[in-house]
Amino acid sequence: MIDFGYGLTPSATLKIEKVDNPLFEALHQLEPDVSKCIACGSCTASCSAGVFTEMSLRRVILSLQRGREKETLPMLQHCMLCGKCQLVCPRGINTRHLILSIGKVYKMEDKAL
Amino acid sequence: MMKERILAAYDPFVLPFVFGMTFVLAYCLVALVKVLIQLKPADRQKFFLSLITPATIVKNIRDLFCDCLFHVKLWKRNKVLGYMHSSIAFGWFMIILLGHVETVLYIPERLHKLYYPIFFRYFMEVKGETLQGSFFFFLMDFFLLVILSGITIAIFKRFRSRIVGMRRTTKLTLTDRIGLYSLWAIFPLRWIAEGFTAGVAGGSFMTIPINWLLHNFMSKPENFTAAWWAYSIALGTFMTVLPFTRYMHIPAEILLIPMRNAGLPVRHTRKGFALAMLYSCPSCGVCIDACPMGVQKKNVQDATVYMVRNLKRRNPKRSLEIAEKCLMCGKCAALCQVQMDACGLRLAYRTSQEKEHNQIPADFGYLGAVDPLPQLGEQKVLYYAGCMSSLTPVISRSVQQVLKAAGVDYELMDKDGSICCGRPLMLSGRQEEARKLIEKNRQLIEESGARILLVSCAICYRIFKEQYDLIGVEVMHYTEYFNRLIKEGRLHVRNGHQTLVYHDPCDLGRGCGIYDAPRQALRAVGQLVPAAKEREESICCGGSVGSLTLRYEDREPITRGALDNLTANNPEQIVTACPLCLKTFGRFAPVPVADFAEVLAQNLEQA
Repeated sequence: MIDFGYGLTPSATLKIEKVDNPLFEALHQLEPDVSKCIACGSCTASCSAGVFTEMSLRRVILSLQRGREKETLPMLQHCMLCGKCQLVCPRGINTRHLILSIGKVYKMEDKAL
Repeated sequence: MMKERILAAYDPFVLPFVFGMTFVLAYCLVALVKVLIQLKPADRQKFFLSLITPATIVKNIRDLFCDCLFHVKLWKRNKVLGYMHSSIAFGWFMIILLGHVETVLYIPERLHKLYYPIFFRYFMEVKGETLQGSFFFFLMDFFLLVILSGITIAIFKRFRSRIVGMRRTTKLTLTDRIGLYSLWAIFPLRWIAEGFTAGVAGGSFMTIPINWLLHNFMSKPENFTAAWWAYSIALGTFMTVLPFTRYMHIPAEILLIPMRNAGLPVRHTRKGFALAMLYSCPSCGVCIDACPMGVQKKNVQDATVYMVRNLKRRNPKRSLEIAEKCLMCGKCAALCQVQMDACGLRLAYRTSQEKEHNQIPADFGYLGAVDPLPQLGEQKVLYYAGCMSSLTPVISRSVQQVLKAAGVDYELMDKDGSICCGRPLMLSGRQEEARKLIEKNRQLIEESGARILLVSCAICYRIFKEQYDLIGVEVMHYTEYFNRLIKEGRLHVRNGHQTLVYHDPCDLGRGCGIYDAPRQALRAVGQLVPAAKEREESICCGGSVGSLTLRYEDREPITRGALDNLTANNPEQIVTACPLCLKTFGRFAPVPVADFAEVLAQNLEQA
């Protein structure tokens, strides 16, 4: 879409075909389940940390797929790994291992620490 | 009368034995020093202190005899295997001991020679019989017979392991095979060697007949050195390969037992206490049959014995795979003959991995904003349902129903969302992060003034018991508490005469040793039938948060295996006492699955 420059907010257009995402590929190697997500949001709805914070695994996975991990990685700092998301996931994703694997592949930016 | 036959007290045939023996002693000494140096100073102090504490001294001696020589634990499990091991271990011990006693009695000046008591019969000759001498001859032959019977079973077992009740046994390495065959050869060769010399050095019911036979079949039966050479070579080979085979468990267990009794924790995957443990694994393979993942053949390679093997060989890839896959149900450890802390080893591996590779540090700052609990009176019970129970609301509903029926004054700890107990974090190797949750929960509980903390989740219960150190608060699992209420007559239930089978959740049973309380309470409300395997041998439901990498598809066969085990006696209902088991079984169970509290709530006596 052409950006005419009159928008109030910066363009939110995603160009997924242009996302070169070696980190996501590395994550997929470690935990192939990441591509199974249908973004139903059951994990977010049941999240123990979500009661106290903005933690949303659904958003984390979406942002990783889009190569925009910076927006959501800090959320994972709140995860208590209780495993409720794993029990409710309709796709049977191994969410706990996914979260642990994200921590091994992606690095938090220093300023976010 | 005994008299020295070889006045030089030496013959070249002793050399293989002397070499092997010196080597194994030196190796063990170096290993011992290594283990002790690798211990943390505090652990080392604890260990040395335990060696001079009377209570642990008694326990050490008892365990050394029961475990190393008599294999009491194995006897209880399997009589044939028990006999096989204790006959070889105790028989060999007695032969060595008697050899030394004879040397002390008849020729004490030769005692300093390492090989003398072992080859006593070669160096001595008998002049006229005495009662004492015949008594020793008889004992020596008797224990030789005992060992030979054990060896016979061992050889038989190698080819048909099912005969002794083992479905699967370990694949042996090359050095293990060399050790095994030389071990098998030692005692038959000793029998022949002593048979040769029995004519001059005396013997009893085992060796004399061999001597007669040899005299009848051989032209020069006096040439017996070859037999003694063979015996010494077999001994020497066994001793030389011993440190590199599974037989290292023989010397290592002598160190492991006092270290275990000192209560040392596993802090590293292959240093200190862990190293002593790795050396002590006899590779028997009991853990292979024990592992619930074994329902799928591809998982056989993930049993604890292979974890140990990969750690020993420093194979980080396989070690990591095995460490992360395990359900941490603890069954292999419960059945392990050397009480290997299989879960502790894996946890140490996971912890080191997380420390090294996790790049997203946890931030639990939000816990500070959690409101304190209301102040509870002396009699009030604080009920913590836990994360998993919030996905199985029937549990907390039933618990509250039962509490009300018993007239117990209670308060919910996590009605506005729970802070996790910390065990899932701990199991994934994030120890320090788990500590933060523990601290917060501890503060909340202690500040509330509760006297009893009631927990309906086996996973939470275990960490509350093991890691929390709550001062002035009694942590009780609801099975314990409700059983106590029934016994005290505060809770009235009726017997519905339904046949029930009880599933022991791993963390509650093997983890905390609670087997009887739930069973006693269930007998009051129904008819309890046994599962095929239960108590410490119960099979994990497959839902465990202990496993990090086990996939959903691979958990299903485990669950089905556990369900087959539970429904062996056709119960009408399966009862469990853990929300995770309830949820996991619920998916595939052929009969209804209910929670312990649910069953009690259904059978409350109407007032």
